[in-house]
Amino acid sequence: MNRVRHLLQFLWDFVVGDDWRIAVAVAAALVLTLVLSNDGVDAWWVLPLAVVGMLSLSIWGVARKRG
Amino acid sequence: MSGTEVGLVVSVFIACAVEATEALTIVLAVGATRSWRSAMFGVGAAVLALGAVIAALGPALTALPINVLRAVVGGLLLTFGLQWLRKAVLRASGLKALHDESAAFAEEQRLASSAGAVEARFDGYSFLVSFKGSFLEGLEVVFIALTFGANQRDVPLAAAAAAAAVLVVVCAGYALKAPLARVPENSLKFVVGVMLTSFGLFWGGEGVHAHWPGGETALLVINPTLALFAVGTVASLRHYLQAPAAKSGVVNA
Repeated sequence: MNRVRHLLQFLWDFVVGDDWRIAVAVAAALVLTLVLSNDGVDAWWVLPLAVVGMLSLSIWGVARKRG
Repeated sequence: MSGTEVGLVVSVFIACAVEATEALTIVLAVGATRSWRSAMFGVGAAVLALGAVIAALGPALTALPINVLRAVVGGLLLTFGLQWLRKAVLRASGLKALHDESAAFAEEQRLASSAGAVEARFDGYSFLVSFKGSFLEGLEVVFIALTFGANQRDVPLAAAAAAAAVLVVVCAGYALKAPLARVPENSLKFVVGVMLTSFGLFWGGEGVHAHWPGGETALLVINPTLALFAVGTVASLRHYLQAPAAKSGVVNA
């Protein structure tokens, strides 16, 4: 059980890293793009917006804590 | 070779060179301090374990339908790339310590020296540290090469780029017998972060039926735009972090 927990923790750190909100935002943006695209909306802009928004939020959050 | 294939080769080569440099530092430190033979056994065991991971994941990934593959693996690559880019921006702006191979080498040597007597026939410490370092850094190499290769439906090209990077780093390390401290690792990580994120964006978007304006040529816009955004963020952060110091300087004067 301990080994499974360590493995899951390792995989989490490996892919998700220090800020889990980034992974959640990526997943949400992918789902939103899929839904909009299937409704006939040209939704290529959703992912870049999510990336820029989430990266800014995460980085500036660190800066505000230290600044 | 198409533009996307050039991007794949460059991204995989740089990412793998950075990871191989970090693994080399660990192996060199343990080998030079304790036992070259056991350290090399550790590297060999890590290569075998990584081979098993590739054999298990490679065919499974390439068997997936292209849209599912691009959505899932593109999403993973995007998350992974954003992690690299976030760290690179924090390092470049001074919010996180820069990675220093000389310091890492010295620390590994200190730990190796204080780990008790060296076993004459087989040194378990050298083997384990060398295995762990090579396997963990190698796992990132495998992840990057497999995701890029599978998305582009050209795993052999990605594997060749990864192997070339590892070979170059190993040859350089063998020639110098010292950590590759002059490799501009932090700058390279910045470039890799931008490229992983760009390709993750592109493939992830395609996987969920987004139609990028201009098709594959969109990457020629996504990549430099993201790089400019990251560089701009670093500049803004540096300005923001210097502002209180500047203000206090005015008050003191």
